[in-house]
This record gives sequence, C-alpha cells and structure tokens, in this order.
Amino acid sequence: MISFAKHYFEGIKGIEIYPIISLLLFFTVFVTMVLIVIKMPKKSIELHSEIPLDSEN
Amino acid sequence: MEKEQFYYDNKIVKLFLYATVLWGVVGMLVGLMVAFLFIFPNYLEGISWLSFGRLRPLHTNAVIFAFVGNGVFLGIYYSMQRLLKARMFSDTLSKIHFWGWQLIIVAAAITLPLGLTSSKEYAELEWPIDIAITLIWVVMGINMIGTILKRRQRHIYVAIWFYIATLVTVAVLHIFNNLEMPVTAFKSYSIYAGVQDAMVQWWYGHNAVAFFLTTPVLGLMYYFVPKVSNRPIYSYRLSIIHFWSLIFIYIWAGPHHLLYTALPEWAQNLGTVFSVMLIFPSWGGMINGLLTLRGAWDKVRENPILKFFVVAITGYGMSTFEGPMLSFKSVNAIAHYTDWIVGHVHIGTLAWNGFMISGMLYWLVQKLWKTELYSKKLANSHFLIATIGILLYAIPLYVAGFTQATMWKEFNPDGTLVYGNFLETVTKIMPMYMMRAAGGTLYLIGFLMLAYNIIKTIKIGQFVGDELAEVAPLTPISSSRLAGEGFHSWLERRTVLFTILATVAILIGGAVEIVPLIVVPSNIPTITSVKPYSPLELEGRDLYIREGCNNCHSQMIRPFRSEVARYGEYSKAGEFVYDHPFLWGSKRTGPDLHREGQKYNDNWHFNHLLDPRSTSPGSIMPSYSWLILNDLDVSSTADKMNAMVKLGVPYTQFEVDKALYLLRNQASEIMVNLNQDPEFKKAYGDSNIQDKEIVALIAYLQRLGTDIKADKTALK
Repeated sequence: MISFAKHYFEGIKGIEIYPIISLLLFFTVFVTMVLIVIKMPKKSIELHSEIPLDSEN
Repeated sequence: MEKEQFYYDNKIVKLFLYATVLWGVVGMLVGLMVAFLFIFPNYLEGISWLSFGRLRPLHTNAVIFAFVGNGVFLGIYYSMQRLLKARMFSDTLSKIHFWGWQLIIVAAAITLPLGLTSSKEYAELEWPIDIAITLIWVVMGINMIGTILKRRQRHIYVAIWFYIATLVTVAVLHIFNNLEMPVTAFKSYSIYAGVQDAMVQWWYGHNAVAFFLTTPVLGLMYYFVPKVSNRPIYSYRLSIIHFWSLIFIYIWAGPHHLLYTALPEWAQNLGTVFSVMLIFPSWGGMINGLLTLRGAWDKVRENPILKFFVVAITGYGMSTFEGPMLSFKSVNAIAHYTDWIVGHVHIGTLAWNGFMISGMLYWLVQKLWKTELYSKKLANSHFLIATIGILLYAIPLYVAGFTQATMWKEFNPDGTLVYGNFLETVTKIMPMYMMRAAGGTLYLIGFLMLAYNIIKTIKIGQFVGDELAEVAPLTPISSSRLAGEGFHSWLERRTVLFTILATVAILIGGAVEIVPLIVVPSNIPTITSVKPYSPLELEGRDLYIREGCNNCHSQMIRPFRSEVARYGEYSKAGEFVYDHPFLWGSKRTGPDLHREGQKYNDNWHFNHLLDPRSTSPGSIMPSYSWLILNDLDVSSTADKMNAMVKLGVPYTQFEVDKALYLLRNQASEIMVNLNQDPEFKKAYGDSNIQDKEIVALIAYLQRLGTDIKADKTALK
C-alpha cells in the first residue's frame, strides 16, 4: 500500500520470512512456558508465593 | 541452623519517600499549569521559559521520572531488602543513586524551561544529562544485583523478576534512543534521521511506558497487594506466564505509535499484531492482582490503601484494554493525534501509577515510623476526590477526541471539508479542556491531602533507621536441578541465568524491528529533489525544537482523503532523510505543519508568531514575543552543519565555509518580503529584524514540505 517505502526492504533478501520467524519464535516460547508452568510442583508454588508474607517487617 | 542478625536500611527508603511526595506535588502542579494554558493561553504571556512547548516536557518528565521514578525506587528499596532477606548491597551506592537521581531531576527542571531539549518525547534531556542518567542507572544496577547475590532467600520472588526486567530494559532503551552527535555543551543531533529516528524513538517511547511505568509498578503490585491484604498472590503460575509473555511481547509494540505514517507497512503490521496480543499478559496480571483480594473484599471496604490498589489495578486493566484497541489501524486512524490519547495515558498514570504509589505511601509511612496513619478519614477523602478527579479528567478528553476526529474528517456533499478552518475544531472542545483542568485540580488537591497526612503521621511516629531482622543464612546446594525441582523454581535461584534470559527476551523484538531499518543505507536520498536545510533554516529548525512546537503540531500527513484535502499531499519517507531528529509529533492541538511552507506569506507568519490571535481568532497558541527581541545566535552554525555532515547530510565544504554569508543573504531576502507590508514597514522597517530569531523560524516554516513540490514543477 505505501509503495514508496517498499524499497527500504527490497534490498534485504528473504525479508518475508521475518514475521513468520517472529510468530514461530513467540509460539515456541509461549508453549514451552505453559508446559513448564503446568508441570510445576504444587509444593514449591505454595512455598514461593508465601515469600512476601513470611516476615512481620 | 543459627540465625544471622542484620539490619534493613530504612534511611534510604525514607529519602525516596520524601522525594516521591515532593516531586509528585511539583509534577502535578506543572501539569495543572499546562492544562490552564489551554483555557487561558495568555496567562503566562511573554515568559519564554513558561511557554507551553517548554512546560509540557517538564510536566511529563517530572511525573514520569521524578514522581513515578522515585516512587518506584522507594518501593524497590523497601521490598527488595525484605524479599531477599538482606540489607542493600552498599549504603554508599544507595546514597549515590538517590542524590544522583535528584540532581538529574533538578538538571531537567532547569534545562527544559530553558529550551535545551532533543525534542524526542520522554527523552528530551540533552546529552550530558543522558550520560548522567546512564551512570546513575549503572550504580542502581550494581546495588540491586549485589543485593540479589548476597541474599538469604534462595528463590527470587516474582516482584524481583519485574525489577530485573526494568533494570535491563530501561538501560538498553535509554542508550539506543539517545545516541546523538554533540555540537555544543547542551546541543546535539540524533544520529538517526527521519523514519529510522521515528522507529527508534517510539520503540523507546512505548517501552518507557512499558518498562518504567508498568513493569516496576507490577513488581510493586506483586509485593504490596499480598502484603497489605495479608494473602498470597492469587496464582503463582499465572505470574510466571504474565512475566515472561509481558516482557517478550511489550518490546514489539512500539510501531503502533506510527500507524499510517511513512513507516514501512511491514513494521506497522508487526506492531499492531503484538499490541493486540499484549492484552492477554496484561489482563493476566490484572486478574492476578484483583483476585488476590478474593474473599477479602470486606478488608477493601475498611482499608483505604486497598481501595487505592483496587482502583489502580482496574485502571491498569482499562488502559491495557484500550491500548490494544487503539492499535487497530481503523481505531488508530480516528484516535491518533487527538486528545483521546491524552485521556488514555492519564488513566494509566493517574489511576495505575498514581494510586499504586499513593497506597504504597500510606502503608510505608506507618511501617517506617511505626505508627498508625494520622487520619484514615483524610485518606478516604483523598481516595474519593482523586477518583472523581480521574473521571473528570479522562471522560471529557474521550469526548474531545471523538469530536476532533469526526470534525477533521467531515466532508460537504461537494467534496470540500465542512470544518476547513482547523480552529473550529479547537474552539468546539474548549468546554472539555475546562473540565479536564477541573479534574486535574481535584487530583492535585487529593495528593496535597496525602502530603499533609504523611507529614502529620511522621510527626506522631518514631522513625526506625536500621531495622533488626534475624534469618538463617543459605546453605550451599547444587547449582543443577534437584530431584523434583521444577524448571522455573530452579531458574528462580539461578539469578544470573534468569537475568540473561530476560535480556534475551526483550532484545528479540527490538532487534527484529529495528535492525532492518538501520542496516539499509539511509544516506541516499530517495527523492532527488529533497535537499538539506539551508543554514538559516537549520537554525530555524533548532528554534522550532527549542520552543517545543512539535508538542502541538505534527509534521506527518497520513494518506487519508481528509488529511490530503486539509493539509496537502501525504508525507513520504524520503522527505525526512535529513531530519536529525525527526519532528513528526504525536498530537495535533494545532494543525499539521508538514506542508506549511509557502502556504502563507512571511508577514502572516511574523504576525502569527507575535500574536496568534491577530491572524487566527480563537487560537490557543502562546505568543512568541521573544523571537523578535533575541538576536539569532549564529556562533555554532558551522559546527552544526559539520555535525550534520558527519551524520551523512551532504553539505559541501563551500556551504559550510560560507554558512554565515548564506544565512545573512536568506535573512535579508525575508526582510525584503516582510517590508512589502506597509504596516510592518511602519513598525519595524528601520529595525534589524533580519538579525532576530523570528526570521530563522520563518525560513524553516516556509521550507517545510516544499521539496517535493519542486520535484513536481520539474516534471511539468
């Protein structure tokens, strides 16, 4: 659409792959993270979330 | 195991508390002065250092870096010691951080009103102050990392993750956006030009919101909401997802500030997609904060601090819903450049930042001075009055935004604009500006009540500078994962690795978006008729920057029928290749100026700058009377051109050598033009107006956007 700006990118070979790489990257990171979180032992979750509350001051 | 005794450093927390309250009052007061300039454009007339273009950056810098900055450091220094069970790494570094930061604020408060600015929003400070910020940030970083390393708590809690992300990302953003070529002690040019400069600036600008106003405050939320309500965070699992996806996605979203501009469409689309995705982690965080209070709403009714937190988190939810919506190109086409955006950011700052910090201040003053709050009733009144203030501030601006957008875009059946005169769209929304100022006044009154309450509480309390604590030291365990230890639990005790991973997460987005823009050769003009500014125009451009004209005038015509009809041909990327820095602006309180050149004669500009209402009845622009009093400073014109040459602007050696000659010639030509008006001749004919600043500014304004017109003439 904004054709005058296209030449900025025409010089870069395979520029089309950029957004695809970005999406895949995000997808992989996100799915891995969800898996890690699901597999997290319940005991350590309780322990960690109590950290701010375990002292009076 | 035997417990170790040590002391928490409350003295540094106290200093940051004082600074937060003080700068909060100052920053909001300047905001109010700015708000009143919309209604009474004359009330500070003739005082150059209190004109709108200089006060507005002072307001934004004061509330962001002085008020929220000190508030965030206050919360970090308090919570970090407790979460890590350790005194800060070094008292000296703490003090250097505190006093260094205050000195930077004072330097900003002096230089910005003097017009010493780089013009880039929220990064206006000139290069010596930029270096000072970097040094102080490093001092803070060493202090924080040092404390993390000597901790007595094996796992770092989620609040600390957000502090780490803030530390790393702000450093990266600050350095890359402020790469500039110094010309004099307080003047520099951005090393990037035009499109690239815009891209880097809004990568910074958006993420200054993300990593200075959001992530550290989320850290505070994760500590203070559980602490005040005495309940653990709703979901620790959710906080892990919240943290990693938020920092990873946020950094990509910058280009949504540049939709429909001359930025490559590919980058615009990427910005939109990630901005829309951002709603998920943001709302994850909001839900996590609010649901921490599940089953404890009775406490919220009684405790003003929790009330502040609830409205703060709700405000966070509102503005992070609005943000992604505004990133849709169709919505952005309406909202961009209007007062809607000002309303949007103030929901974030007044509710989310202001209320989180207010709640925290009320809580900390009791903890540090070991006493009850002087008046709970007063705190409740503050809450009520400030909440009404926020609504009265934001809602009129939403209405104003829609009014502006619809009026700007409305056509007659014959194809002409219904409101061809921009001023009709300004005078129409004056009632909204009045309500906004009333809302801001209420908010400030509320904050003054807080200041009074805090002072009174301090007077009745007993301050404890070094607070005794007893904790068992950590026993060494294997650095590899233990049996049954989850991956993230392991990561939470491997703090260096954690920091590296967080850094990688924030670098990816910036790198993918910005590197392609930088590596492409930019010094080749893409439009052959686009030429560098003449010496006089260059000086005029620096005056435009000094006076902060870009705070109210954009220089970026979007490719819409309504904008082309109003302003002229839409802006092309190739027109900005010599613009160090870019001056596209982000708000149209006044009209766009990109095609201003040759639209009116020199006399019109002369009269308009001296008394805007003489040429444009109803205008709310300040008058710039000092521009005809001050001689144009040409002592560094050649140095400025040389700096531009180093940045790739093709001035010839002849042009640099003859800079002053060329400058005087062009000024004389303008003087001849001005003298054609008998009234001007009568009043100023015998004076040396050609030596004054106003002539340079006129030269620059008359040049704006004219280069491609020359191209068209050549084609004919």
